[in-house]
Amino acid sequence: MTLIEPLLAHYNYWITIFLMVGGVYVVVARSNMIKKLIGLGVFQTSVYLLYLSPGKILGGTPPILGSGIALYSNPLPHVLILTAIVVGVATLALGLALVVRIHESYGTIEEDDIMEVVDRDDRSE
Amino acid sequence: MRLDTILRVMSKLMIPFILVFALYVQFHGDYGPGGGFQAGVIVAAGVVLYAIIYGIEAAQRAVPKQLVEFMVPLGVLIYAAVGVWGLLLGGNYLEYNDLAHGNQPHGQERGVFWVEIGVLVTVASTMVTIFYAFAGRGRK
Amino acid sequence: MEQLINTVLLTLLAIVTIGIIRLRNLFAVVVLAGAYSFLMASVMIVLDAVDVAMTEASVGAGISTVLVLGALYLTRTEEAPPRYSASLPLIVALGTGAMLVWGTWSLPPFGMADTPMNTGVGFDYLARNYEETHIPNVVTSVLASYRGYDTLGETTVIFTAGIGVLLLLRRFQRQR
Repeated sequence: MTLIEPLLAHYNYWITIFLMVGGVYVVVARSNMIKKLIGLGVFQTSVYLLYLSPGKILGGTPPILGSGIALYSNPLPHVLILTAIVVGVATLALGLALVVRIHESYGTIEEDDIMEVVDRDDRSE
Repeated sequence: MRLDTILRVMSKLMIPFILVFALYVQFHGDYGPGGGFQAGVIVAAGVVLYAIIYGIEAAQRAVPKQLVEFMVPLGVLIYAAVGVWGLLLGGNYLEYNDLAHGNQPHGQERGVFWVEIGVLVTVASTMVTIFYAFAGRGRK
Repeated sequence: MEQLINTVLLTLLAIVTIGIIRLRNLFAVVVLAGAYSFLMASVMIVLDAVDVAMTEASVGAGISTVLVLGALYLTRTEEAPPRYSASLPLIVALGTGAMLVWGTWSLPPFGMADTPMNTGVGFDYLARNYEETHIPNVVTSVLASYRGYDTLGETTVIFTAGIGVLLLLRRFQRQR
């Protein structure tokens, strides 16, 4: 047990970093815009995890006051993340609306194809 | 459209429970997990389920577009009005201590109640509005 | 036990993320993203954030999935094959990840009560809350009362996003 304890102590942070880096990779490497938005969503949820993990206290309970409970986890990150989630879906919807309009104008949602069309228009002007 | 009888019957059974659960989440939010944000999304999920099963026209007959679009700013205004209410009773903006004639815990509960109503109205109507906008666009 | 469940759920989360990164069929990606949200909600319950878990389950797995499916219906469901090699983004991502992992060594271990974060204002709210508001759920009272300005701002952001989507997608009738 002593061997894996230091690993477990930071496991939450490492998974957070993995999700964060995976999200960035999807945003940078993929040219499909809906895939980019989903990658952005993965990045966003990794930030939720980054906030919530340090607020957890082992043996604690959710911060809803009750009799006979001595130890609660930190309620502040919960408040901050709760509103962030709903704002996140609202901005995701805005991004998707932009993608739909781009598809109607250019006939594609691949960034590389759109850049080609834009370049061709620039040259013909 | 004959094969989806099970879906139609089950969703008709489930939607009332979804809406009642949303009300529970809203008004029990002081005592357990829940609140305006969650309840708003659950209400919107009920409307979205109805629209998916019965079609967007039927959903817009039950929950008219104009009503939903009217509710989007209404929620923010309710929220802001609670702040002004506190101002008029002699406190700071969004301070609830004076809302119940000097009884601080009651004033707080009153303020939180109306603020959560404002959040519910805005979140639910915004989600339904966004869904209507996507669903009503039509493939080009 | 808490730590064991936490570790298993986080590992599953990482596996689902690999699937999201690798797949090219967007429909499959959306379904995986729904599974990802439910796993994330379970992790949040283990981390004692029950309010947040409820929001993540209803928003992440419910509404966002419906919205992305709606956008897919209006566009297309297959991602084009890649044109450029993905090695440069991979190197950037791995480099960033390595530096961040290096940075975690100085962070306090998981679940400790005496970290700087867990001795600050959050526990001040816990101590004062019942006397001042009589609302047992501290998350609700901090959200709506102590940090009412924040929540007003967030509500306004949601309102603004809704207006933005309407302006982009709704076909307004021209008035002559």
